[in-house]
Amino acid sequence: MNNTNTPLVEMRDICISFGGVHAVDHVSVELHPGEVVGLLGHNGAGKSTLIKILSGAYAMDSGEILINGEKAEIRNPRDARSYNIETIYQTLALADNLDTASNLFLGRELVTPFGLVDDDAMEAEAREIMARLNPNFQKFNDPVSALSGGQRQSVAIARAVYFNAQILIMDEPTAALGPHETQMVSELIQKLKAEGIGIFLISHDIHDVMTLCDRASVMKNGKLVGTVDVDSVTDDDLLSMIILGKHPHQKEA
Amino acid sequence: MSNTTETKTAPPHGLPPQDKGGPLARFLKATELDTRLLGMLGALALIWIGFHVYGAVFNGFGAFLTPRNLWNLSVQTSSIGIMACGMVLVIVTRHIDLSVGSVLGFCAVVMGVTQVYILPPLMGVGHPMIWIIAVVVGMIAGTFVGAIHGWLIAYRSIPAFIVTLGGLLVWRGVAFLITSGETISPVDQTFKLLGGGPYGAVGEVGSWIVGALGCIAVVVMVLNSRKQRTRFGFVMRPIWADYFIGGISCAAVIGSVLLVNSYPWPKGIVKRYVAETGIEVPAEGLFISHGFAIPVLILVVVVICMTILMQRTRFGRYVYAIGGNPEAATLSGINTKWMTVKIFALMGFLTGLSAVVASARLGSATNALGTLDELYVIAAAVIGGTSLAGGIGTIYGAVLGALVMQSLQTGMVLIGFDAAIQQIVVGAVLVFAVYLDNLYRKNAK
Repeated sequence: MNNTNTPLVEMRDICISFGGVHAVDHVSVELHPGEVVGLLGHNGAGKSTLIKILSGAYAMDSGEILINGEKAEIRNPRDARSYNIETIYQTLALADNLDTASNLFLGRELVTPFGLVDDDAMEAEAREIMARLNPNFQKFNDPVSALSGGQRQSVAIARAVYFNAQILIMDEPTAALGPHETQMVSELIQKLKAEGIGIFLISHDIHDVMTLCDRASVMKNGKLVGTVDVDSVTDDDLLSMIILGKHPHQKEA
Repeated sequence: MSNTTETKTAPPHGLPPQDKGGPLARFLKATELDTRLLGMLGALALIWIGFHVYGAVFNGFGAFLTPRNLWNLSVQTSSIGIMACGMVLVIVTRHIDLSVGSVLGFCAVVMGVTQVYILPPLMGVGHPMIWIIAVVVGMIAGTFVGAIHGWLIAYRSIPAFIVTLGGLLVWRGVAFLITSGETISPVDQTFKLLGGGPYGAVGEVGSWIVGALGCIAVVVMVLNSRKQRTRFGFVMRPIWADYFIGGISCAAVIGSVLLVNSYPWPKGIVKRYVAETGIEVPAEGLFISHGFAIPVLILVVVVICMTILMQRTRFGRYVYAIGGNPEAATLSGINTKWMTVKIFALMGFLTGLSAVVASARLGSATNALGTLDELYVIAAAVIGGTSLAGGIGTIYGAVLGALVMQSLQTGMVLIGFDAAIQQIVVGAVLVFAVYLDNLYRKNAK
């Protein structure tokens, strides 16, 4: 990977606590263009919290975020989007009562010259991107509550892909999916990676991380256990990092 | 859980809807008509015809389906209808506003004081600016009160139920303090026209102009929709369906013009008008049409603006998004707190407008004006299909709901039911309507 270049994202010494609990405690991670970094850890280890700081859902207590080597101010999801950071949340964050196009463009609607929402233009764009991601997708005029888990997932993914994400955060993207759809997501990750997009992948599945990621950062109790190149470790090494919080013998370069 | 419903369950996800079903189903699909809307119109027709027939059979005179009654019904619906439009936004975003009746009273009193006690000594009685200033002051007062409520709800995290329950008491009390319990009258003569009455209507020619504008708007909308669909190559509605919808809409507009034009001024008013203007009275008597009442036109404008706001602007889209999933809305970069303030401010603005209509119609302002209105407004929105769980609701539905409620009340007065029975019926209808709505939604899924 391009480890010698400026990282796409550098999160330095991030801290956040909720009511005295240090959810994220002096954690630093970095992400390079075209790289997939896995974030591993138990439930409550602080992975989602760390990532929600990057996506603007939480404001950090201290630390700094650098995007392309420059200090970035991310105070809300809108700020994050302005840095081309897109997030696919575990909960998908879809408004169930709205249709696919409305969800895809939520917060960034296409408008007519009069400033009115242009539903037809958005539907046309939605049809185009969905045709690429999930060719079987047909239900454009139904609220997303009428969609299956996989279809909802593809709407959430389309939202991230459509807006030319440079930094993509995927929080358990395959948790709700069947094997076929999981395969689809894996292929998508490979494709986006090839386009030079940096991806943070939160996952419980060590196998996923071993196959999809270039590096893996392991967290435990809000602290970073360590970051390793997946090629240089085994499944068991990762497991022991997650469970015991023990760093394998060799340090990362 | 039971296997008797097997035939009714929804088709499996992911399959395209099949072109089956009877002619009615195909008709509905082609015209893309909302079955809910049709159901409500059906219920309304049933109520109207029912009261008329009941009156004809038991009282010897069907008073409901007369131009006079329907004209009055339209005026009576205006005040609740205007507020119901705002209540849709509030309920769609999972809040509630219990204070609108009291805020209406407060705004009416503020306007009353402005136009009766404050402005005339400064500008002279009957100055043409008085009514404008009074209206503006009243609507600012309403907007301000609404914004305070919204701020407390959004930025101080007090539940809307509590904030507006407090508001219900507070603003009624403030209205009483301002007036010391006295009725403020007479209101400005021009102001009074906003409440309807023979002079507060646009007359025959005016109504035809309104009707023509309405028909033009229908045609433009149908054509524009076809143009858009062509632009993106979407499936077209069959041309007959467009003709059908356009035709029905225009017929409804023209029908309502004919209706309001067939309700003449009462004889006494005509006599006074003749005496004042000195025009000649033809042998067969003078027939002066009411035409659309001004408050009804205000309601129509509000409905159009609010529908555009909800369906065609980002603001409206965010209202629905917040109602559907507040967390998703926040994560999409929508400032949900500020939206809440704006929604309640808009509710207050519409309450102020409604106060104009209500106090103009009464010709005075009292601190008791609008008592219990909050319940009718909420009921109108809910009968009109607004879901208390949030995310679902339409403006036209709420106005139809207001019309249903007002029709029930008017109808029961006409056939001589007493107030206690009226309350029982309205209450029961509210509960029943929500039950029907639940059934409808379950089947629709």
